[in-house]
Amino acid sequence: MSLKEKFIFNFIQDDRWRYIADGLAVTLKVTFFAVLLGIVLGIIIAIIRSTYDKNGSSMRGFSKFILSVLNLLCKIYLTVIRGTPVVVQLMIMYFVILVSSNNQVLVAVLAFGLNSGAYVAEIFRSGIMSIDQGQFEAGRSLGFNFVQTMRYIIIPQAFKNVLPALANEFIVLLKETSVAGYVGLQDLTKGGDIIRSRTYDAFMPLIGVAIIYLVMVMFFTYLVGILERRLRNSER
Amino acid sequence: MNANETLIKVENLQKYYNGGAIKALDGINTEIKQGEVVVVIGPSGSGKSTFLRCLNLLEVPTGGSIFFEGTDITDEKTNINVHRQKMGMVFQHFNLFPHMTILKNMIIAPMKLRKKSEAEATAMAMELLKRVGLEDRANAYPSQLSGGQKQRIAIVRALCMEPEVMLFDEPTSALDPEMVGEVLEVMKQLAHDNMTMVVVTHEMGFAKEVGTRVMFMADGKQVEEGTPAEIFENPKSDRLKQFLAKVL
Ligand SMILES: Nc1ncnc2c1ncn2[C@@H]1O[C@H](COP(=O)(O)OP(=O)(O)OP(=O)(O)O)[C@@H](O)[C@H]1O
Ligand SMILES: [Mg+2]
Repeated sequence: MSLKEKFIFNFIQDDRWRYIADGLAVTLKVTFFAVLLGIVLGIIIAIIRSTYDKNGSSMRGFSKFILSVLNLLCKIYLTVIRGTPVVVQLMIMYFVILVSSNNQVLVAVLAFGLNSGAYVAEIFRSGIMSIDQGQFEAGRSLGFNFVQTMRYIIIPQAFKNVLPALANEFIVLLKETSVAGYVGLQDLTKGGDIIRSRTYDAFMPLIGVAIIYLVMVMFFTYLVGILERRLRNSER
Repeated sequence: MNANETLIKVENLQKYYNGGAIKALDGINTEIKQGEVVVVIGPSGSGKSTFLRCLNLLEVPTGGSIFFEGTDITDEKTNINVHRQKMGMVFQHFNLFPHMTILKNMIIAPMKLRKKSEAEATAMAMELLKRVGLEDRANAYPSQLSGGQKQRIAIVRALCMEPEVMLFDEPTSALDPEMVGEVLEVMKQLAHDNMTMVVVTHEMGFAKEVGTRVMFMADGKQVEEGTPAEIFENPKSDRLKQFLAKVL
């Protein structure tokens, strides 16, 4: 078979390209929502951790106790998530925690989101810590409480600082979701795999899938580059 | 608030660092009355900044009490955020919010904290900007301003909350010499308009001209206190005499 014939056999015949297209949609969907979940989780954890680092020592009584407990919980979460493979986390989520769920997309979003949250948290923490203490003091001196100061003054600046790193996290996650097939989710990788099991041809589907990942990663990397340049210019 | 009414009362204020090894404030007692301009002077490390930052609890005192409008703000049950709204603060390094325009810097606190409408807050901000001659910079970002302009904005940003007292921590120390005057001018205007002010500064000219009272600090204590004339013309303690010999 020529390459062209192979291509037609693997992708065109019996509309097999649909496995790729549907899988790609699933991959993008899971990545997108997992990143959103990761960002929300990451911000919360980063705020707790940096609050503890910055003014845990000057706090008193009950609020200090609560903060210490929260900080400890965050540390445990970060250690566990970053210390175990994401595939194992995914399978634990599907086969142990959410046994009764048939919604693999939801399971994958939760697992990858929880995983991503740990990394986003550290990105955000460095972003928050990089903001000058004077910004925080200016906010508090105007009468903003802690949460308002974070919301209006610190987080917007930290977010801008870490935007490129966040975009990179999206790219990393895009590739990591390729293990979603372990819980029966038909993502892009699994789609190629299904074609391989039908056509008994490994080359076309696998190379095809690889090219699609590569093109997406290159495209998003290009976007991050533009974003970084924009942010640099807006700083003056 | 009537003139001569006590606005801030400080009782035996202490601030220790490193478990008491550093006594940044070692028992400060003073009263600040409505309309007073209290200038705090003293050598580096004497506790001037610490004193000022304790007044709005940016530093939590180790001991003693601070009464603001009769309320003990060092009491843990006091909601300090409410009181801070009435205590404007100006920092050495301006601390404008770089991600907001000048106007946004000024209106965000009145809008979020005093529930003013955007139109109302903007009108007030523009009025204040006009007073400091910067109304044409309303839509600029802080990074586009000179140091003197930034500090004038920082002052009017605090004024937008209509504070009862303004706290200044070396507001001109980070400025190029040619910009010091424009900031001091705004502060003089404020004093003239009867704003209660506590000013930490090395500008002895300002202390003499604008101060109603000068407080000289050394080693975390208030060594001498009096009118500018008493402090500058007739210093009593050796510490103050030494200090003045160096700075005048
Ligand atoms: N966070 C801190 N930890 C430990 N020591 C501190 C801290 N902040 C201030 N100090 C110490 O407290 C003392 C008073 O400091 P403060 O900043 O109030 O002095 P200052 O009079 O404002 O000096 P300057 O004119 O240099 O600004 C100094 O000995 C300083 O080293
Ligand atoms: Mg100081």
